[in-house]
Amino acid sequence: MSTLQPAAPAPKKIDYSSDQQVRWCPGCGDYSILKQVESVLAVHGRPKEEIVFISGIGCSSRFPYYLDTYGMHSIHGRAPAIASGMRSVQPNLSVWMITGDGDSLSIGGNHLIHLLRRNVDLNVLLFNNEIYGLTKGQYSPTSPEGAVTRSTPMGSTDHPFNPLALCKGADATFIARSMDRDPKHLREMLLRADAHRGTSMLEIYQNCNVFNDGAFEVFTEKASKAEHTVFVENGKPLLFANGTKGIKLDGMTPVAVDIAAGEASVEDLWVHDERDSFKASILVRLFDDPRQKGALPRPFGVFYVNDRHTHETKMNAQVALAKQKKGPGDLDALLRGENVWTIG
Amino acid sequence: MDTIQTPRPKTTEIRENVVILFAGDSGDGIQLTGSQFTESNALFGNDVSTFPNYPAEIRAPQGTLAGVSGYQLHFGSVDVFTPGDVCDVLVVMNAAALKANLNKLKHGGTIIANSDGFDTKNLRLAGYPDIENPLTDQSLDNYVLHSVDITKLTRLSLEDTSLGMKEKDRSKNMFVLGFINWMYSRSLERTKLFIENKFKTKPELLDANLKALQAGYNYGDTSETFTTRYEVKPAPMPKGNYRNITGNQGIAIGLIAGAQKAGLELFYGSYPITPASDILHELSRNKHFDVKTFQAEDEIAAICSAIGASYGGALGVTASSGPGIALKGEALGLAFMLELPLVVVNVQRGGPSTGLPTKTEQADLWQAIHGRNGEAPIPVLAASSPTDCFEMAFEAVKLAVEHMTPVILLSDGYIANGAEPWRFPEAKDLRPIKPPFATPRETTDAEGNPLADLETFLPYDRDENGVRPWAVPGMKGLQHRIGGIEKEDKTGNISYDPQNHQLMTRLRAEKVERIADTYRPIRLDSGPESGDVLIVGWGSTYGAIRTATQVLQKEGHSVAHVQLRHMFPFNKGLGGLLKRYKHVLIPEMNSGQLRQLLRAEYLVDAHGLNKVQGMPFTSDEIRVGALNLLNK
Repeated sequence: MSTLQPAAPAPKKIDYSSDQQVRWCPGCGDYSILKQVESVLAVHGRPKEEIVFISGIGCSSRFPYYLDTYGMHSIHGRAPAIASGMRSVQPNLSVWMITGDGDSLSIGGNHLIHLLRRNVDLNVLLFNNEIYGLTKGQYSPTSPEGAVTRSTPMGSTDHPFNPLALCKGADATFIARSMDRDPKHLREMLLRADAHRGTSMLEIYQNCNVFNDGAFEVFTEKASKAEHTVFVENGKPLLFANGTKGIKLDGMTPVAVDIAAGEASVEDLWVHDERDSFKASILVRLFDDPRQKGALPRPFGVFYVNDRHTHETKMNAQVALAKQKKGPGDLDALLRGENVWTIG
Repeated sequence: MDTIQTPRPKTTEIRENVVILFAGDSGDGIQLTGSQFTESNALFGNDVSTFPNYPAEIRAPQGTLAGVSGYQLHFGSVDVFTPGDVCDVLVVMNAAALKANLNKLKHGGTIIANSDGFDTKNLRLAGYPDIENPLTDQSLDNYVLHSVDITKLTRLSLEDTSLGMKEKDRSKNMFVLGFINWMYSRSLERTKLFIENKFKTKPELLDANLKALQAGYNYGDTSETFTTRYEVKPAPMPKGNYRNITGNQGIAIGLIAGAQKAGLELFYGSYPITPASDILHELSRNKHFDVKTFQAEDEIAAICSAIGASYGGALGVTASSGPGIALKGEALGLAFMLELPLVVVNVQRGGPSTGLPTKTEQADLWQAIHGRNGEAPIPVLAASSPTDCFEMAFEAVKLAVEHMTPVILLSDGYIANGAEPWRFPEAKDLRPIKPPFATPRETTDAEGNPLADLETFLPYDRDENGVRPWAVPGMKGLQHRIGGIEKEDKTGNISYDPQNHQLMTRLRAEKVERIADTYRPIRLDSGPESGDVLIVGWGSTYGAIRTATQVLQKEGHSVAHVQLRHMFPFNKGLGGLLKRYKHVLIPEMNSGQLRQLLRAEYLVDAHGLNKVQGMPFTSDEIRVGALNLLNK
């Protein structure tokens, strides 16, 4: 018989799923993202009550209902503003914002850029499926020119946004891209986004199998993935096509070179430095249409990281400084003002 | 022969009340002159009421009618409720200022004109026919005219300073202020303190402003033209401590007081807009009261950030004017649906669209009550004076927090910028505010195993007032999801069930209706409990109606006055009150918005008195309106 004291129970793996039935279409890329997010939450094991998910409107924005954390499913495009206010008064929680390409780049475009410049500490998961799903298939601000959708039977005439270039332009402090079909990479990117202090912008290519099936096929499917994607890692050269090809910088211009064919050596390649703002600006511009001949591969990974102060740190510091200078607010002094006279 | 001249003795006359209007170019420092003279009179013990009136342009074309800025001040040894219908004294810095305001001066009134502002160029810009100078062509014979070269006198007083001509001329307003203080027998001490404080870091300007101020005062003393000074004795006001306050200050202080009484951080999300921006300025200076101000990227972000802050357990507040409130409409619906506290202030201005940004109006009442999609009743309050802005802002916080609802508070440009003495309360006398926070709870046993018998937390379970608990992220064991989609009763989960939607629509409306139970009983402002005419006012018409009613009562008419502060839901005693008078008269700075609401609600044949000119009512307009009804 053992006389040993029973060991303290190992921390239980917290189940972050809510009791609500998930209502995305079968086969939707959102399922994979939900699964990876749950898994990342479990890694930290943060108590459920310390986690908040805030979303706007769209298919992806139903996300908060499926997690047993705090959550708000708000209105179209406004999640950044709501999350900013909430973060301003709750500096210690883990805050996540769920949005889509229509929600954050069209109706909420203004809020998104201001969120990024302020650098509010939260994780933005931008589900980009290049289509309006919930309204049943109109083109979105990321749909390519010529996209034939229910609202563009003759093809879209609009030039699309390059979401991460937009974010770089707004001085985002964390910029990354992943995809629903690469759970391992997605998980890694989610962990990186969560670890960053400030607004972490993670764009996730997500397949809408009902209205825009296969939009990212060329990047996600085995047959074409290697040729059309480059997974960047800090301190490592930009290699793709299973290491047979790479990207080097010709001045400011990225060019693809065939290492195997001897066009260049690995030493000549662009070495990724995620703290280099100028190179990150080039990296986000690797946005060629993969259907075009000679298109450069699409990058995935963490493009850029910067440790600029967060919005709420400065806001709270000002309140603390005001209290230090003037003392905690004295309501009677405020009511009295500076020029009092007495009648009596 | 003896050539020594002694100054002629000056006499002092007592006046009960005086209305003075300062007018000049929008860069002439008119607002400062007016507000400083107001402070001096208020501190002396006069009752005061003011009306700043200025163009929307920051520096409108100089010398033109469009560029005229005015500040009207009514001060008295008697109760003062309006800035005055007509002026006793008109101080004008140029020809345009005279032309734009002469119709406000009573016959026989005094004009003090800066003659330098009546040169050919100014006369042409003001549009005087044939460049005829009114100061010299006898057209002002019905008034007491003092033509003074204020520009020259100011320059002379600053001869020994090293300031340039432009800078010297900027001190003209101080010369005027000094002179007016002499004319009304006021000491310069308080104004000097103000100047010393304002120009603390600019010794040259400090010196110049003090010199010009003193020169203006001395000019009154030594000039032969001014033989009479006036004195307005202190008003018999209730005992207590007083300060001066504008409506926007009242709102800012009321919001802070409310948040402090509720023990909440105050988060203010706003986008700059005239005439509401001063609330942002005032709040941003008071961060030591746990005030966080967020200048948002637009009006939508302003309200949404405030909603986010309320979700995070703070008091979320936003303010704007009509166009901004229009943009906030969708988010107001969200706040209503979420059932979170939120205070939304609308400092109304002339509309529609951009309308008249710096002029006043009350035309956003319907917007406040109806301006949302779906059925989203929100309590609407209206402040009736600068001091009432404090009271109503405090009440808005109390209702929003204790009933978990957005509340709209209506003010307008007239009371937002107007000032009056305020017998301010002590913090301990303010009503308590109790947030209905949920109680956090354990979800696991000591060993970390989930409790088997833990009941699901119900974020939309209501108390006896229909109010749901405020469960803030971070509170243990209360995780829940809320959103703008219709939610199931009690659980808050998404529900498209037809019966549930009807139930929730009713429950939300009932919660808001019950707020009327917390009001104090309706009270007449003055007049008989029943009679010939009841004048029903709301918002900033208060002072004009009160003055008119007093006159009518003195004239022997059976006229009563009630001022509504709760625009939705109405006070329960209102319906009965309306029926006790032969006629109901509703003066509004719109085309009849309250009138239609009262007619619809109480089937009462209310008459409207409507003015949509960007200007407040004069008390005489209201008096005449009531007389027309009495003579029917």
